[in-house]
Amino acid sequence: MSVLGLKMPALRLNGLLGALILGSVVLIAIFGPLLVSGDPMALDFAARLKGPMSGHPLGGDEFGRDVMLRLIHGARTSIWIAFFTTCFAVAGGLAIGILAGFLRGWVDRVLMMFNDALLAFPGLLLALGFMAVFGASRQGIIIALGLAYMPVVVRVVRGTVLSLREREFVEASRVMGNSELTTMFRHILPNCLAPVTVLATTMFGWVILAESALSFLGLGVPPPEPSWGNMLSTARPYAGQAPHLIFLPGLCISVTLLGVNMFGDAVRDWLDPKMQG
Amino acid sequence: MNAQPPLLSVRNLTVRPGRTLPPVVRDLSFDIAPGEMLALVGESGSGKTMAARSVLRLLPAPLMPVEGSSIRLKGSELLTLSDHEMCKVRGARIGMVFQEPMVSLNPAMQIGKQMAEALRLHHRLSDAEIRDRSLAMLERIRIKDPAKCLAAWPHEFSGGMRQRIMLASVMLLKPELLIADEPTTALDTLVQRDVLDLMVELTQEQGTGVLLISHDLGMVAKYAPSVVVMQSGIAVEQGRSAKVLTAPAHPYTKSLIDALPRRAEGGSRDTTARPALIEVQGVVIDYPGRERFLRRDPPKRAVHGVDLTIGSGETLALVGASGSGKTTIGRAIVGLVRPSAGAIRYQGHDLLQAGPETARLRARMQIVFQDPYSSLDPRQRIEKVVAEPLLLDKAMTAADRRDRVRAVFEEVGLPWALADRLPHQLSGGQRQRVAIARAIVRNPAFVVADEPVSALDMTVQKQILRLIRALQDKHGFACLFVSHDLGAVEQVADRVAVMENGLIVEMGTRDEIFDTPQHDYTRRLLDAAMLIDRSFGAVMA
Amino acid sequence: MLRFLLTRILSAIPTMLIVTMAIFALMRIIPGDPAALMLGDMAQPGQLEELRARMGLDKPLPVQFATWLGNVLTGDFGKSTATGEAVLPLIFERFSVSATVVLVAVLFASLIAVPAGMIAAWRQNRLSDVMIVGTATLFLSIPSFWLGLMLLTIFGLWLGWLPVVGYVSVADNLGDGLLYLIMPVMTLVMVEAGAITRMARASTIEVARLEYITHARAKGLSERAVMWRHAFRNAFAPTWTLIGLILGSLLANIAVTETVFTIPGLGRMLIDGIFARDYPVVQGCMLFIAFLYVAVNLLVDLIYPLLDPRVTA
Repeated sequence: MSVLGLKMPALRLNGLLGALILGSVVLIAIFGPLLVSGDPMALDFAARLKGPMSGHPLGGDEFGRDVMLRLIHGARTSIWIAFFTTCFAVAGGLAIGILAGFLRGWVDRVLMMFNDALLAFPGLLLALGFMAVFGASRQGIIIALGLAYMPVVVRVVRGTVLSLREREFVEASRVMGNSELTTMFRHILPNCLAPVTVLATTMFGWVILAESALSFLGLGVPPPEPSWGNMLSTARPYAGQAPHLIFLPGLCISVTLLGVNMFGDAVRDWLDPKMQG
Repeated sequence: MNAQPPLLSVRNLTVRPGRTLPPVVRDLSFDIAPGEMLALVGESGSGKTMAARSVLRLLPAPLMPVEGSSIRLKGSELLTLSDHEMCKVRGARIGMVFQEPMVSLNPAMQIGKQMAEALRLHHRLSDAEIRDRSLAMLERIRIKDPAKCLAAWPHEFSGGMRQRIMLASVMLLKPELLIADEPTTALDTLVQRDVLDLMVELTQEQGTGVLLISHDLGMVAKYAPSVVVMQSGIAVEQGRSAKVLTAPAHPYTKSLIDALPRRAEGGSRDTTARPALIEVQGVVIDYPGRERFLRRDPPKRAVHGVDLTIGSGETLALVGASGSGKTTIGRAIVGLVRPSAGAIRYQGHDLLQAGPETARLRARMQIVFQDPYSSLDPRQRIEKVVAEPLLLDKAMTAADRRDRVRAVFEEVGLPWALADRLPHQLSGGQRQRVAIARAIVRNPAFVVADEPVSALDMTVQKQILRLIRALQDKHGFACLFVSHDLGAVEQVADRVAVMENGLIVEMGTRDEIFDTPQHDYTRRLLDAAMLIDRSFGAVMA
Repeated sequence: MLRFLLTRILSAIPTMLIVTMAIFALMRIIPGDPAALMLGDMAQPGQLEELRARMGLDKPLPVQFATWLGNVLTGDFGKSTATGEAVLPLIFERFSVSATVVLVAVLFASLIAVPAGMIAAWRQNRLSDVMIVGTATLFLSIPSFWLGLMLLTIFGLWLGWLPVVGYVSVADNLGDGLLYLIMPVMTLVMVEAGAITRMARASTIEVARLEYITHARAKGLSERAVMWRHAFRNAFAPTWTLIGLILGSLLANIAVTETVFTIPGLGRMLIDGIFARDYPVVQGCMLFIAFLYVAVNLLVDLIYPLLDPRVTA
C-alpha cells in the first residue's frame, strides 16, 4: 500500500501541529497559573480597558483586571471542564452502551428507546435544559454537557459492540469455550476503544465550544471567575473602545479548537483500519 | 492470423508509482489477435490488474506507464492520446467488465439509464433506438421481463444477474476488445460457468477480442487459448495455454500448476469402519427474520432436516453454492447456531443439552473460519491468540502454555520470531496458520474448516490444504470441510455430501461422488467446476 | 416505498412521546416550586395552596403529565408567568425570525460547501484540496459568537456599514431587513460551511474509490460527467443527512448568534425564559425546538431514498 504512503507526510505534519497546539494549551492550563503568579481577580484601575502596557502585557479588562492572567486561568477552566466532561460522557456512555450491546433483548430496547429520545434533542438544547436544573456552575456544566453528549457515546459503543459480536474472532472465542463475560472483556471491549478514542477527541472540542457558548450566554461559568466565554460576554459593551477584549479570548478558543480538530483528524486516520495496510 | 495486425499490441509496458518506487509491472509485451482471448494469470500482487488497467489508462493516481511503454489498438498508439480522445476509445472500442458485481454498478441509477449512458455518448441514437437496443440485448442474455429490468435498481438483482447485466451493457457497444477483470471470482460455481459461457458467446458473435484477467488456471485452461503468466510484475512465461499449462517451462508456472488440487495428493483412506464421532439427525435451522418496526419478518429456514455422521478421524466435505446451508450446519455443530429441531450428538452425548459435560465436549470441537483476517482479534498478538484456549485449562502453568504454543507454532510452520506480531502484520497464509494453530492447540477431536482456503492465493491454498491433511494424519482429528471449491474437496475429502437449498441431495465416498455422481445437481456442479485435468484430459495425469 | 414512509413516520411517535416526557421531567426536577416562584416572597401560606391547586400541582405526576400533554396536543402551551401572554403564538412569532436566518444560512452554506468539498475530494492531496480543507478546518474551529462579535466590531462599529443593534423583519421592510440579515447569516454560513465541506469531501473520497466510478470512466465518460452523474448523488447522501442535522441543531444553537446580534428569535426567547425562570416559556420553547429537530430529521430520512434507493429495501 505504498499508494497510501504518499499521504502520510501531510497527515503527520497536521497531527503534529495539532498535538503541539493542544499540548501547549494543556501545559498552560496546568502550569500557567504556577509560573505566572498573580491574582486574575485583582483590580488595577489604571489598566482599565487599556491595551498592552507595562505590568499588563495583554492589557486590562473593563474592571482593570489583567487580561493575560485571566486568559491563562480561563485556559485552566476550559481544559478542566472539557477533560472531566469528556471523561464523564465516555465512562457513562461506555457503561450503558456495553450493557445494552451485551444484554440485548428488552434491556437494550428500553435503553435505546430513551437514548434515541435524548438524541432527538440538539446537544446544546439538552445542555441548556440541564443548566436550568443544575444552575450555572462548573459542576453544573460538567454534568449538563456530560449528560447531553453521553447518548452519542452510547450509540457508538452499542453499535460497535453489536457489530463486533458478529465478527468471527468473537465467535472463535465462544467456540474455544470462553464465557460471554470473558469474551466481552478480552475481545469486545478492547476493540471498542479505537472508535471511542476518536469520538472522545472530537468531543473534547465540542465541550470546549459548548462551555464557552454557555458561559457567553451567562449560563456557564459564573463571573468573576474567568472563562474565555464569559470574558467575551462581559467585554461586549466595550467592543468599540477595547477590541482586544473581544479579540483575545476568541482567539484562544479558536486556536485551541484548531489544535483539537487537527489532532482529532490525525487520530481518526491513525486508528482507521483502512489506513493500516 | 499473421497477415492481420494484432488487435491489441502491448510492448515493454512498465508501470510504476512515481519515479523512485519499484515498478508494479515490468517490461510486459503481448499481442491479442482480433476475436482471440488471452488470459493474464497470476496471484495477488502480480500486477495483472494494473497491466489491464493501463490499456484503458485507468490506473489509480500515482501509477503510470513509463516512457518507452507502448499500447497499440489496431496499430494506433493509446498512451499518447489526449484525455479527450481516450474517452472516445473507452467504452466504444474497448469495454471493461469488473470483478465485484455488488459495487460495479451505480446503486443510485436505474439499470436502463446505466445501459443507455454509453450508447448515447458514443453513438447518435434516438431514445427509442437506445431503448430497443437495450431491450434486445437484455433479451439476448435471457433476462426475464427486460422492460421491467430497465426500470429496476441494481440492488434488486443477485450478483450473477448483475454481472450479466454489466456484460450486456458493455457488449451493447460492440467493442473490439473486452477487458474482463476476474469477472466471476465473486460468484458461485454454477453461476460462474453461466456468466463465462455468456461472455464467450457474445464476444464470439461480435468478433470481440478478450483480455481475461484471472487467478484461476482451470478457467484459463477451459476458455483462453493463450496465456501470460505473471509474477511480481513480470511475465515469466507466455504462449498457447495448452502448451504452457501442460508443459510449463518456468518454475513459477510449475508451482502454480503444482498448486492445483489433485485427488492423488489426498491418497485414499478407508473410513467405512470408523465409529461415529458426530451425529447430526433431522436438524432444522431457522434464522430469525429481520426486525422491522413493531413486527418481524418470518424466520428464514436455512437448513431443512439434515442427517449426517462424521466418523472419528475422517474428513467429510460439505459442498454447495452460497446460501445452500452448508456453513450453517458447521456453525450449528460447534454451537454458534441453535437448531430449531433435530439432534446433534458427540459420541452419543446430546450437545443441545446445556451442562458441564456439554461444555467439556465442546472444548474438543474447534472451528477455522474462511477469512483469517476477521477471525483473529486485531489487537491480540499472535502468541496470545494461540495461547488463549489454554487459559481455560486451569492445570497449566504459564511455562506449560508457552511450551505448548511453541510446539504448535512449529507444527503449523510458523516461525517463532513472529510470536509478538499483530495479525495485520502477517500475510494471509500466515494468518490462516495462526487460526489453525489456535484450533488445534488443545488437541481437538473434531474441527470444522469453513472454506479455510478460499480467501487465499493458489500457492498458499495448496500449502494450507497440505498442512490440514498432515495435522490430521498426525493427530487423528475428524474434520468437516465446508467448501464450494470442488478442487479442494477432491483433494482432502474422504466422503462428500452435496447440499442444495438446505438439503443434502447426495452423499457418498469421494470417488463415488466425483466418478459416478447420481444426483442431477451434483453432475451440474461437477460439470461447471473448471478442473484443469478435465480440460486437458490425460495430458495432465 | 409507501410502507417505508409510513413506518418511518410512525416510528417518530414514540420518540416524540419520550421527548415530551423528558422535558416534563426536566421541568419538575428544577429546584423550587413553580407556584412559589410565581407568587414571590410575599405570599401567604393559603395563597400558595390555592395556586398549587389551580395549577394542578397537587395532583400525582402522571396525572399532571397527562393534563399537560393533552393541553400541548390541543395547542395550549400555557401562559408566560412573566407577561401572562400565551406561549404558542409567541413561539410562532419568534420562530419566523429564527427560521429566516437559519434557512438562508444553511442554504448558502450548502451551496458553497458541497461543491467545495467535492472539488477538494476530486483533487485529493493537491494544492486546491489542501487549501479547501485548511479553510474548512479553520472555520470549523471558530466559535460563531466570536466570529459574530468580530464582524460586528469591524463592519458595525469601525466601518459603520451595517447596523449593530436590533432587527427588522424582511417582511416589513425588504431593504432594511436584508441589511440586518447580512452579518448573522454570514456568521452562520462560515461556521457551518466548514463541517459540510469536510463531510462532502470525505464521502466523495469514499465513493470515488468504488468500482462503479472506474466503470463509469471505462464507459468513456468525461471526468466531469463521472463526477456529477455518478459520484455526486452517492456522495451527497451522507452529506444530506448532515445538512439536516445542522439545520435542526441550528435552531437550538442560534440562541448564541441571536444574543450577539440582538435578534428577537426563538433561541433568545428560551435563554430569557431560563433567566426569568419562566417555566412555561422554557418548557414550550424546548418542546418546540425538539419537535422541529425530530421533524427535520424525519423529512431528511423521507427524502433520502431519492438519493439512495437501497434504503427502502
